[in-house]
Formats: sequence, C-alpha cells, structure tokens
Amino acid sequence: MSAIVAGTAAGTPTATRRPRGGLFRAVLRNRKAMVGAVLLFLFILLAAFPQVFVPAEFHDPQAIGDLPLQGPSSTHWLGTTGLGQDVYAQLIYSTRESLVIAIVAGLGATILSVIIGVSAAYLGGFADDGLSMMTDIFLVLPTFPLIIVLATYAGKGNLTVIIIVLILTGWSYGARQMRAQALSLRNRDFLESARVRGERSSYIIVVEVLPTMISLIVANFLGAALYSVLTAAGLQFLGLGDPSSLSWGTMLYWAQNQGALVNGLPAWALSPGLAVALLGVSFALLNYAFDEISNPALRPVRRRRAKS
Amino acid sequence: MRYLIRRLGFFVLTLWAAMTLNFFIPRMMPGSPEDALRQRLSKGGAVVTPEQLRTVLAEFGFDPDKNVVLQYVEYLRSMVTGHWGVSIGSSLGVPVTTLIGDALPWTLGLVGISTVLAFVLGTLIGTVAGWRRGGLIDGIVPPVFIVTSALPYFWVALLLISLFAIGSNPILPNDFNYDQGMTPAFTGEFILSVIRHGILPATTILITAVGGWILTMRNNMVTTLAEDYVRMARAKGIPGRKIMFGYAGRNAFLPNLSGFAMSLGFVISGTILVEYVFNYPGLGYMFYNATVSTDYPLLQALFLLVTLAVLICVLLCDFAVFLLDPRARTKG
Repeated sequence: MSAIVAGTAAGTPTATRRPRGGLFRAVLRNRKAMVGAVLLFLFILLAAFPQVFVPAEFHDPQAIGDLPLQGPSSTHWLGTTGLGQDVYAQLIYSTRESLVIAIVAGLGATILSVIIGVSAAYLGGFADDGLSMMTDIFLVLPTFPLIIVLATYAGKGNLTVIIIVLILTGWSYGARQMRAQALSLRNRDFLESARVRGERSSYIIVVEVLPTMISLIVANFLGAALYSVLTAAGLQFLGLGDPSSLSWGTMLYWAQNQGALVNGLPAWALSPGLAVALLGVSFALLNYAFDEISNPALRPVRRRRAKS
Repeated sequence: MRYLIRRLGFFVLTLWAAMTLNFFIPRMMPGSPEDALRQRLSKGGAVVTPEQLRTVLAEFGFDPDKNVVLQYVEYLRSMVTGHWGVSIGSSLGVPVTTLIGDALPWTLGLVGISTVLAFVLGTLIGTVAGWRRGGLIDGIVPPVFIVTSALPYFWVALLLISLFAIGSNPILPNDFNYDQGMTPAFTGEFILSVIRHGILPATTILITAVGGWILTMRNNMVTTLAEDYVRMARAKGIPGRKIMFGYAGRNAFLPNLSGFAMSLGFVISGTILVEYVFNYPGLGYMFYNATVSTDYPLLQALFLLVTLAVLICVLLCDFAVFLLDPRARTKG
C-alpha cells in the first residue's frame, strides 16, 4: 500500500486548464486510477474468456462431482461445494454475471440520473422543484429494504427484476450532483453563445453541456456500479437471487446454506466475497481518482504547507 | 424559521411517499396477495375458511370489494394511528408492533452505537488527515479506506467469524445476542455476555462504515483549507489547533453532517446483512425472516419503521445544521 501512496505524490497539479481528451492521460498519471483500471481489466478478461483460466475438466462449473466438501487441493484449487462442484471454476465463471449486473445497472442508473439531474437544472422553475423533491425523497428512502420488499413481491430470483430495481433505487445520489453541476454551468458564456447562435436546447445539452460534465458522469457511473455490485451480492446472499445462477452472491448463498465456515472450508466461504470486494475496490479506486481529476484541489501535492 | 418549516414539510412528504409505496407495491406486483396469504395460511395443513382469510386481509388493509381510494385513505389512517396489522409469518397472529418492540432495542444498541462511533471516529481521522495534507496519516489513510469502504458488509462479517469465532475454542461467539440459557437481567454476567456477542457485529459495521466518513471529511477539509478565512486566520497567528477545529473543521463538518443522515439508509442495508450473518435478533434479522416467510404486513411495517428512523435522523441533523450554520438560519 505504501508504495502506491509514495507514487501518487509525483502527479503535480497543473495551473492551466486540462485540454480536451486529457481524461485518458489523467488516468494514466494517477496511480489509484491505474491500480483500479488494471483490476477492472482483469475482471473483464475473466468475464469474457473464463475457459482460458479454468482447467479443461471443470469447464462445466455446475457439474456435480463425487467429492463434496473438500478443502483446497491440487485438483480443486479452492475445494469443492456440497455437491462436489469445483469452487474455483464457479468463481471464475461467476465473474460474468456479477460484472454484467454492475455495468448494466450502473449505466442505467447513470443515464437516469443525468436525464433527471440535467433536465431539472435546465428546465428550472416548477419542474426543477418537483424533480429535486423527488430526488431528495429517493435519496432518503432506505433503498436496500425497499429492494428487498420489491424483490420479494416481484418474484425472487429474476435477474432482470434485480437490475431494474437496482436502477430505480440507485439514481438519486447522482441526479443531485448532476443538477448541481449543470446549474453552475447554466449561465456560462459558451452556453450563452450557443443560445445566441440559435441552437436547439437538445443540441446544447448533448453537445455543449454533457461533454463538460463527462468526468462527473464517469465518476457517477463508477459509484453506481460499486453500489450495484455490493447490493446485488447482498441480495443474492440473502437468497433473493436465482439459486441456480452462477454469480458470486449465489455462491455465497450456497456456502452459507451448506455451512462452509462451520465445516472448516473458509476458502469456499470467503473467496466469492473477496472477488466482490476486489471488483468493488477497483470501482472505488477509479471513482476516487476521478474525483481527484475533476477536482484539482484534491490532487496530491508534494510540497508541505508552511507550518503556521 | 422558514428553513425548519421546509424541512418539516419534507419529513411529512417523504413519510407519505414511503407509505404510498407500501400501499401500492403489493397491489401493482404480479400475483395476488390473497393467493399468497391463502398459501401461507394453509401451509401448516390448516384449512382456511374464506371468512378467516377475509379477516386477515382486512387487517392487512385489503378489501377487494372496496374502492381503492377508500382503501388507501383507511390504510393511511391505520398506519398513522399505529395499527400496523398482525404477522402472517412464523409468529402468526401476533401484532406486528409487538414483534418490532422486542427486536428494536437490540438493533438500536448495536447499530446505533457502532454507527455513531464510526461517524465520530471517521470525522476525527478525516480532519487530521486533511489538515496534515501529504503527511504520514494522509499518505496511509485514503488508499486503505477506499478499500475498506468498498468491502461488502457480509464478507467482513464472514471474515471476522472465520478469524475469531470458528474452531474448537472460539475467542468470541458468532451468533445470537447473549449466551443461550441465560435470562435477561441487569447482572454483570448478562451484560458481559451481551457485550461479547456484540463485539463482532459492531466491529463489522465499524470497519465498513468508517472509511466513507474519513474520505469525505478529508476532502471537505482540503477544500475548506484553501478558503481565504483560513489564510486570514493563519496570518493573524491563531494557533494551528484552533484553526484546525474552529475554522476549517467546523465548516468542513457541515456537509458531512447532512451526509450522515442521508447515508443512514445505506447503513441499515448493511445491518440487515450483518444481523443475518450473526443471527442477531434485531430488526434486520427480522426483515430477512419476513422476506423468507413472505410476511407482508411485517415487511411493510419494518420498511415504514426504517424510513421513519432515517427521517428522524435527517430532521435531527437538519436541526444541528441549523444551530451550527448561521447561513442556514438566514437563508430561509
């Protein structure tokens, strides 16, 4: 950890405004962003080509074996489940569903929050009051209990339902930030000149406003994805997911149900959670780094302040 | 004063929204609650007469022959007056309020103490980290707590169990709220047992919750330290400690305080998972059980209660901001 920290001090804040397209370079410069990006890339690889990382005999991770509840060994790297399935294979193959939930739900929530936040700021007046009030209400409503109530009614185990519910409950925080930033942009000169040019509102929002907000939007997506990963895993862990699906939350559900810890199989009980945690960490690191990129005041500085 | 009235208005409005969600979710979802109830009631082999079913449904607020608007008004009235119906889950027929009353103190004690502790600790550490920008603490704190704030609650819980509570001679117990076979009493032995059972769940909440506070407080602190009044205070030669807490810290703390109330919903979600892993008989565990046994009245009452708790906290934090921040008083 300390090595990463020492390295971050190297990025010096630039006095001039960052040129367009500097986002990618900014990510390369920021160590936190690099670590997060590498982790995320690894997970994308695992999700896309799971068969490369799993020995050939376990290419069907749901196949029932004859050796249930084994500890880690040279054939079963992380042991076996109560049905003799290989835990390592399940872990790798589960990456796909968990990543898809994170990205789809994160994207959905971000799009919703951009639409609601930007239109609240842009429309102003009564519409703004109404939309802001709705945002605040959704922000305060305890989402996880709401998700549980919704998932219980809507039928347990449906992946689409879980994603829709995650989107419906995950947009409010972002919408609030979007509204604040769009409000601060509203009276800037470059928007004024676009208005004078006679551009349509839709053009102004898409071409002028949104690109200026891109780093906030990206940060928002990462936050929403992190929230989705953790919440989806929690739901599945409680048994509200599809018990036959391959995802980390479901693995945890079975590990808990078949008493993995009590049977002395910590590898089985902890590895899916570790995977969730690592994916979460990669989103969180990227998110924090984007915060630093979009807010220069937060960037690490080398020189110490003169002591008062 | 207008500020406070607006916040009170928000309180009432949000509570109404929660109740309305509670009313409409079961009516909009596929599958009739009547069928679900009949299934539940006849699960133990008991024969349910239409009469009985009707009574239970009426308790629940359902009456298929009645106008929806009328039902809604009646539902709102019974919610406000505390008639929250009876459980249709494992403890059939027990009033929901009784069940909640039994579980509430445990959750309040466990979650309340650990959440407030996490908030206070996180704010303090964040203040120091932001103050000593680029110092030793600031070097270690952000990366470590970015990681802990992204950890799933239940995973931390499982990790702690496997470290401290598994084996032939575990250091700490891993389930329930006190040793089985003890009778609740105000004896030293009983209190010790409660504390021993609370350590692991509380540590779980503390580990996962503290990171967010540290990071936001540090970032607020960094932003505030760049303000002119801080420079002015330095120029006047005011001692560093006083600038740190009285000038920068006090202002950086305000957004954190409003954030605290907002994030409570997230803490509660973690509590459900933590209590589930530790079999801790609080509200979160009850929530889980209500889900498993599709005990709709209990589920809805719990959701309402949780919303109410968050809202009360939001209101309290609003009052605190009102007291601490002159701008909120004059802004109106």
